Amino acid sequence: MSDMDRLRWSCRRGLLELDLVLQRFLNEEYSSLGAEQRETFKRLLGLQDNELLDLAMGRADTSDEKFGELVNLMRK
Amino acid sequence: MSYPVRKFDAVIVGAGGAGLRAALQLSEAGCKVAVLSKVFPTRSHTVAAQGGVGAALANMGEDSWHWHMYDTVKGSDWLGDQDAIEFMCREAPKSVIELEHFGMPFDRNENGSVYQRPFGGHMQNFGAGPPSQRSCCAADRTGHAMLHTLYQRNVRSNTHFFVEWMALDLIRDSSGQAVGVTAMEMETGEVSIFHSKAVLFATGGAGRVYASSTNAFINTGDGLGIVSRAGIPLEDMEFWQFHPTGVAGAGVLITEGVRGEGGYLLNKDGERFMERYAPNAKDLASRDVVARAMATEIKDGRGCGDNADHVMLKLDHLGEELIESKLPGIREISKKFANVDPVKDPIPVVPTCHYMMGGIPTNYRGEVVAPSGENKEAIVPGLFAAGECACASVHGANRLGTNSLTDLLVFGKSAGNSTVEFLKQNREHKDLPRDAGDLTRERLDRLNNQTNGESVSEVGAALRQTMQRNCGVFRFPDLLANGVAEIKEVEQRVMRTQISDKSKVFNTARIEALELDNLIEVAMASLVSAEARQESRGAHDRADFSDRDDENWLKHTLWFKEGNRLDYKPVHMNPLTAETIEPKVRTY
Repeated sequence: MSDMDRLRWSCRRGLLELDLVLQRFLNEEYSSLGAEQRETFKRLLGLQDNELLDLAMGRADTSDEKFGELVNLMRK
Repeated sequence: MSYPVRKFDAVIVGAGGAGLRAALQLSEAGCKVAVLSKVFPTRSHTVAAQGGVGAALANMGEDSWHWHMYDTVKGSDWLGDQDAIEFMCREAPKSVIELEHFGMPFDRNENGSVYQRPFGGHMQNFGAGPPSQRSCCAADRTGHAMLHTLYQRNVRSNTHFFVEWMALDLIRDSSGQAVGVTAMEMETGEVSIFHSKAVLFATGGAGRVYASSTNAFINTGDGLGIVSRAGIPLEDMEFWQFHPTGVAGAGVLITEGVRGEGGYLLNKDGERFMERYAPNAKDLASRDVVARAMATEIKDGRGCGDNADHVMLKLDHLGEELIESKLPGIREISKKFANVDPVKDPIPVVPTCHYMMGGIPTNYRGEVVAPSGENKEAIVPGLFAAGECACASVHGANRLGTNSLTDLLVFGKSAGNSTVEFLKQNREHKDLPRDAGDLTRERLDRLNNQTNGESVSEVGAALRQTMQRNCGVFRFPDLLANGVAEIKEVEQRVMRTQISDKSKVFNTARIEALELDNLIEVAMASLVSAEARQESRGAHDRADFSDRDDENWLKHTLWFKEGNRLDYKPVHMNPLTAETIEPKVRTY
C-alpha cells in the first residue's frame, strides 16, 4: 500500500492540470503497466511540472522512447 | 512520550515563491533556517503563475510606483492598506532587479532591459491612462522561472529543506510568542517538534475549499488552519477572486477568448441567457456581469447536469477550422478535462475560484498582528507570514493581475528581513511550553482511534459543494445563511473523520484528513465573514446589497475560530509617504 501511496503523493504537483492528468493515469492506467513501465513512470514524475504537462497535452514531444509509450497513454 | 525536537533559528512553512524568498534573506544573513514543504519546492503552486510580476520599472515608457499604487488601491476597491500598498509598489522595481541579478531569465528588450507587457487594470497617470506596460515576465512561465531561480539561490546559501513534511500545529508559549511548530514526515509518519526562535508561514492559497478551483490539490490553506487553531484570527476571508469560465468538475480555465470569438453560454433550456442580462454586449459583457448571470441561472434552477450546478459554453457553430486556428489548446483542454469535443458539443463551465485575497493578518513588515486589549494590531512575537496565505493587506477586496508575484517577492523579502531583525533581538530559544505537541497528539489520536466515523473524501466533497453553492462569485442572502448552517454541520463531520489505513508510512489518507482540518477553518471563516458583510465591494458581490458602503464597511474583517466570532479593524488609509488615495466609485 505504501508504495502506491508514495506514488500518489508524487503525483501532487504545482499545476492543477497535472494533478488531474496524473490522478487519472494512476487510477486508470497504472495497474495495467508492466514492471519496467512502472519504473519509467517514476522517472517521468521526476520531470518539471511544465515539461511534463507539455508532454501530456501533446504540446511537446520526447525523444525518450520509453517516455513516449507512457505519454501516449496519458494523451488518450 | 514526547516528540523528538529539532532546533533551528527559524522555521518557514511552505516553499513556494514567498517561502523561498524569505528563506533566502535568513540564510544569507547566516541564520539556521528550516523550510518545510509538502512537495518539492519547484512543484509549489507558484509554478502556475503565468502573467508576470507587476513593477514600475518604466522600461517601456513612462511609469511610476505612484501610478502602480493608485491602480492597486483602486483595484482593491479601497480595502487595501495604503501603507502596505505604497511599500509594495515602491519596493517592486528593486525586487525585480534583484531577481534579475539572481539569474531570473526575464524576457528582454533589444537594449537588454527587462521587457514588460501590458496587463488589465495597470494604467499611467493615476488611472487616467493610457495603459501601462508594467508586467515583467519570462514567456508564460514566470512563476516556474522564479521558483527555479530562488530555489537554486537557496541551495547555494545552505537553506535546510525538509521536503515532504507537513506542518501540523503552531507552538506558542504562555506569553503568546511563537516558539515552533509540529510537523509530520510523510515518509515515516513520525512527528517532530521544530523548536525555533521564529516561525514564518508561506503556505499559499486555499482554493481547494471550492468545488471548482484553479488551485492545485496542495492548496489546502494549511497555514491558515494552523494559526486559527492557535488563537490567531483570519482577515478578510470573504474575498475570493473568481474566473467566470472554468471546466465544471475540473477547474481548468477556458479562456475568455472563446466568447470573444463568438462562443456563447446556454442554460439547461438551451437559452442564450446573456441576452436577458446584457442585451447589447451579451456574452461579451464584462467578467463580473457574466459571472453574476451564470450564478443567477444556477441559483434559479436553470443550471445543467444532474446537480444543475453549471451552464454550457457553446462553440460548435464556429466550426472546426476556426476553433483549431483561433483557439488553439481549447479543444485539447475540453477533451481532456471535460470529456467533450467542443467541435461537436458544448463545454460545461462554472465560475471558478482562483485567488484568496484574505489570510493571516500582517503589517507591511510581514509581522503577524492580532487584537490584544485595545490594540487591534498587536504584533504576535516571533510570528511572520508572507504571500497568498498572508493578508498585508495589499489586495483588499480584489487583486490586480500580476500583483500576486509582486506580493510574494516584496513581502517574502520583507518578512524575511523582519525575522532576521527579530532573531538579532532574541538570540536564545525560549523554552517550549510543557504542553508542546499536545494539540497535535490529540488530533492524531482522535483520527487514529475514530470508529463509526466519516469518510474524508465525502466530507471534503460536502465542504467544497457548500462553499461553491452558497459562497460563490455572486452572493444571495438566503444562500449565505444556508451556507453558514451547512458548514457548521460539515464541521461536525470533519471532527469525526476516519481513515481505514492506519499505517504510518506514507499514508496519504491521513495527510488528506489533516488537510481537511485546515480547509474547514478556511471555509467557516469565509462563510461567516461573507454573510456578515452587508455591502458589495470588489470580489464580494451581494445580490441584496449591490453598492459599496464606505460609511459602515470600510473596515477589515477578523474571524476567530474560538467562538466562531467576528471583529473588525480599520483600513490603513494613510500611506507611508504618499498622499491618501481617497475612495471613489470604481469604474474601468
